[in-house]
This record gives sequence, C-alpha cells and structure tokens, in this order.
Amino acid sequence: MPTATIAGHEVQINDEGFLTEYDEWSEDIAEELAKNIGVEMTPRHWEVIKWLREDYKEKGETATTRRVQTVGGFPTKEQFQLFPKKPAKKMAYIAGVPKPHGCV
Amino acid sequence: MADAIIPNFGDDEETDRKFVLICSKGNLDMAYPGLVLANAALGEGIETHLFFTFWGFDMITKSRMWDLQFSPVGNTAMHLPGRDTKMPQSLSPMPGMTQMATKMMKKQIADLGIPEVPDFLDQIVAAGGHLWACRMSADMNQLTESDLRDDVDGIINASDFIEMTDGAQILFI
Repeated sequence: MPTATIAGHEVQINDEGFLTEYDEWSEDIAEELAKNIGVEMTPRHWEVIKWLREDYKEKGETATTRRVQTVGGFPTKEQFQLFPKKPAKKMAYIAGVPKPHGCV
Repeated sequence: MADAIIPNFGDDEETDRKFVLICSKGNLDMAYPGLVLANAALGEGIETHLFFTFWGFDMITKSRMWDLQFSPVGNTAMHLPGRDTKMPQSLSPMPGMTQMATKMMKKQIADLGIPEVPDFLDQIVAAGGHLWACRMSADMNQLTESDLRDDVDGIINASDFIEMTDGAQILFI
C-alpha cells in the first residue's frame, strides 16, 4: 500500500489515491484532497463530508448518493452542484472513505 | 516519500458519451434495470436519456406509475425469496398471486433502500437525466402530456428519437 504526504501528514492511500485508514483523515487533508480534484470547500461541502464520515463510522460502509439524500438530507441536485459530475466518488475521496459499494 | 496519487475522475476531458435507455416494459421487475443503470450513468457524469414506449409508458403515467406489478406467471426462474425452492408454475395464475408477489418484491426493494419507481425517476431527473415519451404509445393509449409526469421533456416520434440518439449508446429493455 503506497503512502503519501498530504498537507504535511503521512497517510496510507490505495492505488487510486483514496485514503485507506479512516483515522488518518483530518480537515486539512480533506482541504487538500478537494483542491486536487478542483472542489472548493464551502460550509455546505463540510456538512456533507462530515455527515458522510459519521455515517461511515456508524454503518461501516460508504453511503450512496441515495442515502446521502434520504438519510443525510442533502438533495441529489445539490450533491451534483457541490461535487460536479461524479458526486459519489468525489465525496468519498474528500471524506477519506472508500467508494460506495451499493448500486443505488 | 511518494507524491500523493490524484485520482483521475476523468471529468476534465470533454466526453461525448451519451447513454440512452429504451424502457419498454411495465412490469415492476423490468422497470428497475433501466432505472438503476440510468442512475449509475448519471453518477458517472454521463449524459443520460430514458425513452418510454409501449408498456414502459406506465412508468411515467401519473395514474399508473405507483402500481406496477410483478407476476410470477410464465416465469420459470421464480423462486421464494432467499431460497432455492421453486414455486410450481400451476400455482402462479391463482387469484391474489400477483398482488402477493408484487408486495414481496416491493418489500425486498425497499429493504435495500431503493426507491419506488416514481421516486427513483425524481432522483434521476434531479441528477440531470432526461425523460422522453413515445408518440405512438401516447396515441395508442389516448394520453397527452397532462397525463404524464410533469418532468417528462416531451412526447417525441420515432424520427425525433433517431435524431436525438446520434452517437449514443442505446440499451433496449
């Protein structure tokens, strides 16, 4: 498993660049990851990312966009505005959790 | 110390990939493949269109879209949920069987957190998907735009469809 230095922290990542250790994530890392993929974090972005991390901690798997809407309360349309084109993958990348597993 | 690998989400390059699904079935079980794939394509940033024709028209007809049914009749692969036990074909046309099978399938779908057909279409439209209705089906069923979901982009004929799908990947369901 490769390691990388992100925002001054040495973290473990997979071959796509996703963090693999939940506890190695921090807000300054997220800020840097977001910048890598052209997302500028606003308070609303943080709400989504923090919810996604909380939900992952509780459920042990990454929420799909459906769940981010129905359980998290962030409408689909807004998810596409905040994380354009590929919201599920982009949210997961910034939140330091794996890509979602489910189909819907 | 390695540099961070930055994932390539592939959305910097302009893609002209276009995905078109023809939804021609009005059975509950045959409504879902198109919805699941359309939703997935949109989640990958791909321009996606759904074209509803023949029985698939029920998916976007306001008075019918909540009542799609699943029938075990003629389905030799039908077995009880989560088991290998097959249901005898002779039982499938019995009164109440379709209602029961529909109820069971709806529950299985809901248990996975997957929305009902109209809610699923809401999500697809919110994600930027386009819905189109077939002219011939509308005429056959004597339905107009007011009978269909408000977010249907339009009722189009076969030539419009051919024109619209120039260069698209098409899936007939």
